Amino acid sequence: MKKSNGRIRTALFFGAAVFLLFGITAGGLLLSEEAMVTDFSRKELAPGFPYLFGTDWLGRDMLARTLTGLSMSIRLGLLAAGISSLIALGLGIASATMGRAVDSVITWIIDLVMGIPHILLLILISYAAGKGLKGVIIGVSLTHWTSLARLIRGEVLQLKEASYIKVAKKLGMRPLDIARKHMLPHLFPQFLVGLVLLFPHAILHEASITFLGFGLSPEQPAVGVILSESMKYLATGKWWLAVFPGLLLVLTVMLFDMAGESLRKLLDPGSVHD
Amino acid sequence: MVLEAKHISFRYGKESRQILEDFHLKMTREERVGLIAPSGFGKTTFCKILAGYEKPDDGEVLLDGRPLSSFGRYCPVQMIWQHPEQAVNPRLKMREVLAEGDGIEPRVIEGLGIEPDWLNRYPGEISGGEMQRFCIARALGERTRFLLADEISTMLDLITQSQIWSFLVQEVEQRGIGLLAVSHSRELLERVCTRVCDLDV
Repeated sequence: MKKSNGRIRTALFFGAAVFLLFGITAGGLLLSEEAMVTDFSRKELAPGFPYLFGTDWLGRDMLARTLTGLSMSIRLGLLAAGISSLIALGLGIASATMGRAVDSVITWIIDLVMGIPHILLLILISYAAGKGLKGVIIGVSLTHWTSLARLIRGEVLQLKEASYIKVAKKLGMRPLDIARKHMLPHLFPQFLVGLVLLFPHAILHEASITFLGFGLSPEQPAVGVILSESMKYLATGKWWLAVFPGLLLVLTVMLFDMAGESLRKLLDPGSVHD
Repeated sequence: MVLEAKHISFRYGKESRQILEDFHLKMTREERVGLIAPSGFGKTTFCKILAGYEKPDDGEVLLDGRPLSSFGRYCPVQMIWQHPEQAVNPRLKMREVLAEGDGIEPRVIEGLGIEPDWLNRYPGEISGGEMQRFCIARALGERTRFLLADEISTMLDLITQSQIWSFLVQEVEQRGIGLLAVSHSRELLERVCTRVCDLDV
């Protein structure tokens, strides 16, 4: 009974994390109009009621701005992590199944991308792709697939050598059926967890290149923009401009990480005991 | 039908030891051949070559004068692995493991002492001996003509061993399946087989 309680608790954890993330995304979408409203009669208010996160130097509601920014980050992260993990899946499987030449080329590319400092490559790519939203998506997608690709390549290589797959071949099973019945059930959890664990990276990197000024344009309410703008006001004592958006960003990243970890525990029961 | 291994030579990789050199074996579907040799003499390797899992460096395996690969996807020479836990997918229920075989008859399942209750379990939930019975059943498909039993009874107690061997002998005799039994135990092979040959000569 203890084990099933553990599973239920993990499932609740996962559900709660997904629900909160969904809430942030939806809230941000609903408040996106509110986030743009400027009202000088309420400028630079400290956190309190009704402006829980305070207001900035243009009298904009910081709660609405933060949620809108995070919602944008989450959607962007989902897209970039999705693209990234598809690249990883394709290259990982190709590397493991298409012979030695293809394998060494792909492994070389993986090593190359991993060898360059992450943030540097990200800035280079997103700058070359024309900055803005498109640049950030392309940049994050093209830099985050490497470790997942490596993981999938290793898994497929190991599966190919498994005795039960060789037996299935001799028992007349078609290659596609082997892939569907014997390989996918092993690969899918790895892939899904890899995908979820990519989100926090994607979000953080989006925020950091925007903060550095190579990402989204200043008029968009992104977390990176909010943080870099509020740096100017920190010295004048407007601490809430940076603290609350920063905290909420950390919370979002932790939620994604939690969701990924509990998903791993649910899908790969063997690792529950770790 | 005749299964024939001609001039088989094999070693794993270039630097490693020569395991098989110019080995011959010829058997018919009416025969039960015992293969005996100490550990490390290539018994398992030879079975893998006969069943088409490994390609020999030299020589060829012929079934009625044709290479094994010309017999379609289902290989008429089936091998039962020494370690059943490696030969079944840990994520499939035993029912699905059995379904991988080529139309396994209820008679085989019953004869091997497989309980209906085991069918709904995962490989991690049954013992090695129980799992081995599934592997034996799975290899006894409709189109199987030769069966290679690579030390299949090492993890079983004596009563189960004799139960399984007497079923196997009866089954292969009845269906005209050639049996190659591999073991360390000369007594067992002399009891089960029509002739015994040594690999280490």
